[in-house]
Amino acid sequence: MAALEILGLAKSYPTGFWRKTLNPALSPLELTVNDGETFGFLGPNGAGKTTTLKLLMGIIFPTSGSARILGRDFRDPEVRREIGFLPEQPYFYDYLSATELLDYYAQLSGVPEDERRKRIPALLERVGLGDAGRKQLRKFSKGMLQRVGIAQAIIHDPKLIFFDEPMSGLDPIGRREVRELIQGLKDEGKTIFLTTHILSDAESLCDRVAIIHKGELRGIGVVEDLTSKAADKTEVVWRGAHALPALANLISEEHVTGDIVRGVVSSEQIDSLLEKLHQQRAHVISLTPLQGTLEDYFVAQTAGREEVKA
Amino acid sequence: MIARLSAITFNTFREAVRDRVLYNLIVFALLLVATAPLFGEISIGVERLILVNVGLSAISIFGIIIAIFIGIGLVSKEIEKKTLYTILSRPVRRWEFITGKYLGLVMTLVVNAAFMTAGFYLALLLVSHGLGKDDGGLLIAVYFIILEFFIVTAITLLFSSFSSPILSAVFAFALFVIGTFAEDLRNFAALATGVTKWLATGVAYLVPNFSALNVISQVAHSQGVSGRLVLWNTVYALLYSLTAAVAAVLIFERRNLK
Repeated sequence: MAALEILGLAKSYPTGFWRKTLNPALSPLELTVNDGETFGFLGPNGAGKTTTLKLLMGIIFPTSGSARILGRDFRDPEVRREIGFLPEQPYFYDYLSATELLDYYAQLSGVPEDERRKRIPALLERVGLGDAGRKQLRKFSKGMLQRVGIAQAIIHDPKLIFFDEPMSGLDPIGRREVRELIQGLKDEGKTIFLTTHILSDAESLCDRVAIIHKGELRGIGVVEDLTSKAADKTEVVWRGAHALPALANLISEEHVTGDIVRGVVSSEQIDSLLEKLHQQRAHVISLTPLQGTLEDYFVAQTAGREEVKA
Repeated sequence: MIARLSAITFNTFREAVRDRVLYNLIVFALLLVATAPLFGEISIGVERLILVNVGLSAISIFGIIIAIFIGIGLVSKEIEKKTLYTILSRPVRRWEFITGKYLGLVMTLVVNAAFMTAGFYLALLLVSHGLGKDDGGLLIAVYFIILEFFIVTAITLLFSSFSSPILSAVFAFALFVIGTFAEDLRNFAALATGVTKWLATGVAYLVPNFSALNVISQVAHSQGVSGRLVLWNTVYALLYSLTAAVAAVLIFERRNLK
């Protein structure tokens, strides 16, 4: 079952004073997140990631389109019992203690009092704030606030959790702690929708990712598929160095060790290369698609496109 | 629904109670009440009159200031600091949020008024060396002051649902001042002619009639307040507040909270 289906959700803001024109912040977006999946929603700053989350959370209203969360219309307030949300760089009521804050949010999510009493200390312990429950949030560091943020997002044991840039502004240790918390939720089988522009985090946590840029979806898929697309090259190893002069215009890199040649060829030219190797009576030992990085793919889908357009 | 409403109400009250600025206002108001007997010494024999006037006016004015000062930030602060995002991502309806906020501030004002009234009665006890039958009637003036708070809070909430905090404060305070002279405006409308009459009548009935809710001078002179006025003022204040709060909800329901 799909945990989240975004069905052409779009948002435009009117700009200008006299002649109002619509400035699209999000072009019609189609996206499906499967149950139990950790989904990365990637894009540079201002790409439309937070706009998408605000639409899904009912903070802003779409210009067009719809969405289904856990099989129900996204505007149905009751569906929000099953979802958790951590906004980007969250601020919480700093006059409250961590325990009071979690109690407040749990009440709003309909968690019964006896359940709250059990759940809050356990959750504070889980996010590493077991000793800080009575401390006012104004005395918390940024990393501690982020952990409280994660705690409030899961206090009601939701099925689907949205994290908006959860590692943003954290030091390396804080980032690792948050990453481990998200990994723990993933291991529990929660569906996670994560927006980030820190690609290494997405690569290590996400099953699938989508790239959004300037409000448009630029790519979506399993991380390994996208990274292999990013490289779009194959390494061919063959025996028969004599064949090299005939292949010079096909291969981009070559390494010769005795009679063994390791060459890199673009995926488009792989058939031509194999044909020529056959003609030259060379013996093909292996074919290995080269793995790119998510960053390669990301750059190709964002900055790369702009260069093409320019 | 009740659980969510009461959670928001209580949290709003808790925020106001823990706000240091609020304490400054209360201390200042209590000081004013406490020093009121000194005013009486200027004119011997009218201590009670001056104390009642100064004390009840202080409860009213400081309550209004607190209502406007906190009311303008009730919604805007939650949007600006994005705390609203974590509220609306839960099964909380927008109307529940606005209503909870409203009730939380009203609760704060009622509790403040109760404390200040206790202080005021203490000062009265010191000045008059005992409490008389007429002093019980002063509570009607306090009740009307609380009705004023209902209206001012709802109006402030309405303005803050579509404009900036500073503008909301200006609008709400201006409306409070105009409303204080609502009776004069109605008298003026009765005397005027033509377009001015229509305009003045419209404005006079549109602005909240705070002059009808002000019986401080009356109770200071130990004059009774009719049960009919108590009933009408109650109905009027509740209807006016409800209308303003519903308008605030309707605006807020359609608003993109950027």
